[in-house]
Amino acid sequence: MRQFDFMGKRRIAFIVSIALTIVSVAALALLNLNLGLDFTGGTVVELHYAAAPSLDDIRSLLANSGFENFSVQTFGATDEILVRLQQTFSNDVGNQVVSALSSGNASIELVRAEFVGAQVGDQLRDQSGLGMLVALAGVAIYVAFRFQYKFALCAIISLGHDVLIVLGLFALFQWEFDLTVLAGIMAVIGYSLNDTIIVYDRIRENIRLSRSEDLAQIFNEAINQTLSRTLATSGTTLLVLFALFFLGGDMIHNFAISLILGIVAGTFSSVYVAAALLIVFKLERQDLIPVKKGEVVDDTP
Amino acid sequence: MLNRYPLWKYLLILIVCIVGVIYALPNLYPQDPAVQISTTNGSLGSQQLDRVTQALTDDDIQVKSAAMTGNNTALIRLDDAEQQLPARDVVDKALDDKYTVALNLADSTPSWLTSLSAAPMKLGLDLRGGVHFLLEVDMDAAVEQRLKATASAIRADLRDERIRYRGTDVDDNALHLEFANSEDRDAARDQISQTFSEFQLEDRDEGRRAYLDMTLTEQSIKDIQDYAVQQNLTTIRNRVNELGVSEPLVQRQGPSRIVVELPGVQDTAEAKRIVGATANLEFRLEARPDTPDAETETFPFRNGSQRTATLSRDVIITGDRVSSASQGFDQNGRPQVNINLDGTGGSLMNQATRTNIGRNMAVLYIDHSTDTRTVTKDGKQVEERIPTTSRSIISLATVQSALSNRFRITGLDSPTEASELALLLRSGSLAAPIYFVQERTIGPSLGAQNIERGIFSVLVGGLLVVAFMLIRYKAFGVIANVALAVNLVLLIAAMSLLGATLTLPGIAGIVLTLGMAVDANVLIYERIREELRQKTLPQQAIHAGYGRAFTSIVDANLTTLLVAVVLFSIGTGPIKGFAVTLSLGILTSMFTGIMVSRALVNLSIGGKPLKKLWI
Repeated sequence: MRQFDFMGKRRIAFIVSIALTIVSVAALALLNLNLGLDFTGGTVVELHYAAAPSLDDIRSLLANSGFENFSVQTFGATDEILVRLQQTFSNDVGNQVVSALSSGNASIELVRAEFVGAQVGDQLRDQSGLGMLVALAGVAIYVAFRFQYKFALCAIISLGHDVLIVLGLFALFQWEFDLTVLAGIMAVIGYSLNDTIIVYDRIRENIRLSRSEDLAQIFNEAINQTLSRTLATSGTTLLVLFALFFLGGDMIHNFAISLILGIVAGTFSSVYVAAALLIVFKLERQDLIPVKKGEVVDDTP
Repeated sequence: MLNRYPLWKYLLILIVCIVGVIYALPNLYPQDPAVQISTTNGSLGSQQLDRVTQALTDDDIQVKSAAMTGNNTALIRLDDAEQQLPARDVVDKALDDKYTVALNLADSTPSWLTSLSAAPMKLGLDLRGGVHFLLEVDMDAAVEQRLKATASAIRADLRDERIRYRGTDVDDNALHLEFANSEDRDAARDQISQTFSEFQLEDRDEGRRAYLDMTLTEQSIKDIQDYAVQQNLTTIRNRVNELGVSEPLVQRQGPSRIVVELPGVQDTAEAKRIVGATANLEFRLEARPDTPDAETETFPFRNGSQRTATLSRDVIITGDRVSSASQGFDQNGRPQVNINLDGTGGSLMNQATRTNIGRNMAVLYIDHSTDTRTVTKDGKQVEERIPTTSRSIISLATVQSALSNRFRITGLDSPTEASELALLLRSGSLAAPIYFVQERTIGPSLGAQNIERGIFSVLVGGLLVVAFMLIRYKAFGVIANVALAVNLVLLIAAMSLLGATLTLPGIAGIVLTLGMAVDANVLIYERIREELRQKTLPQQAIHAGYGRAFTSIVDANLTTLLVAVVLFSIGTGPIKGFAVTLSLGILTSMFTGIMVSRALVNLSIGGKPLKKLWI
């Protein structure tokens, strides 16, 4: 079987990774995430029209009825309309919107109306950030316990890299970031970790078996050995995600996007970031095969 | 060498699979659209059912079956979901208002499955349509209300003990009593410290006036707040039951929030009014002309006239003492509410009226409402809540004789108002005001569409994975696919058994699980291929493949499980659903990927000497 020299090209990979990370951070800082209703608070009303309406007509009808700070867009199909309102949910905004728009002689059906208080949104935002950190910390502890702290550090950097890139792309393209996308990103953490652990597991096994001191060579072998598995699993997962993306409907569209991006990034990072970083962090054979109990292995000043 | 499992392992796997199939099975039976009838005080039996069925048939609505499901509930199953709404109206018209009629989706699980307590998964609101509310209990108001009630009790106490006081005042978490001199205060303190132990008492002198400051302890504030949430939970549950919604959910979330989910309800306005209503009643005597101002309060009448009346500050009883209430009409055809008080309420009312015949008694209508306003503060949009409490007199009548525990209230505007007031009095008042912080309405058509798309993407995703595995691993692909199918069945069975609610993200979780579940098999097969490349004998390669892949599989899955658990703990509603599916999926896929596929391999080829593996 052909062996790819992954570690030999790690400099190029690092450059790509760092460039992507910089773009992501810049996108997040300059453009911000397009946070969905779950996080910002406000009101969303989804309507179904019998015939595709003109958005401008809807806007002027709403403005004439005294609504302020609203946005109107189509949702999936031209006859599905999404109206967003900044104002808080007074009694029955959904029906108010329907009655305001019905004056234009259109036949309208209220599909859903959602309202989230600003305070709830803020809390959720804090909670989500905290949740992601807790997940990463939990993972780090587990990896440090099962492998070694250098592995844990590299795994966390690699996971952070994946999450950052997905978030960055969401900010760059201004895709809506709602609660389902958050769930998607958590799943990406789980998935990408899965990949990383498989590679690490093989690296550990090979280091213990081999007598070679050339770590880059050992890593290369490990990655090549797990490569077909990595591609097969990513492949099947991507297959179902594309099914979800194309067939699952609008409400989980962005969820599917976040996972597709996350899995591509995760596959790349488990090979390049997670493994290559171990070389940067100067992993040594002694880290996995302790010479003496209690000996300090880290000799960096 | 040969690959064999001991018999008990095969049996164990077989039993797990059979149990899985049994508990997953109810999900294959579609739910019937149905109309549920329930009553609390009317009689419900075959007579009423016949009448309803007849009315439905007259209206060209196909009735699948009509049967009693309990002493006071009946279920009418229909053939066509489109006819559900008209059917409810017909049934509603055929029965009088002693009956509550609600839309329902009835399980059609066969009885042999129900006897094993197998039931289909419950569908979340995003799949069946309905209303979701998140309510916040106003904790500060809960404490304030308790302080006001305490102040009233202390005033009565002090009067009984003939201790003179000047006035009472309530501000955040503290109650202030004012006395003319410190002797009165000391006497009052002795009295109060016996009965109200939840307060810290402190003396304060300002000039010649003596004050007694009563501060609530941290613990008692917590207790009051906790009680307020619990009490509101009970009240809202009662109200939701009165609404006649099938399978409602009323649950506490966090320290101060309550989730209400009403499947099938489309009229949010009515649901909101009933769930969030804060109306209550107070019964008070009109103040005597010589009563000092500190002990009286003046209120307007509710009917809009300029009239006001001055009432005593002391409350005889509140609406909380009402044990039952119903709407009716007086001899002039005006709406009224008939009230029954509980034991304590009855004797309090009796005591108060017995000694006050000839005086006027007022019924005070209290309504707490919260207006929410969005204001821009420091460039940020901030919500401001302005609580307002309106109190007005609905009736003022002379006490003719000592009242007992049954009487009626007149002076209401309309029969609707009377019946809502009766409902609120029956279900109990809210211990503290609540406001809506989140609200979702999902139409039934969106729900149906979500299910359809969800199932379709599960099917397509599953088939793609099956095809992929067949092409890549040939004979072993068949085994992986059987394991995958078993995994799907076990996952659905586990979710049904745990009573988990299936939501749209939950379906997404199932789809994702399908993609990731084959991972264990992929890992194993790649290992076997490697072993074969190193010229290991087929049976040994199988053995080594399963053995070596094991630690990788466990490590990888445990960490993913860890993330899913974190997601479960931070998520709410649909996200929790996703986390549950993901976690269960990880567990079932480990079982099927390692145990089931190994059993299949062992059974089919494990006992034969092989030259070649189709992998």
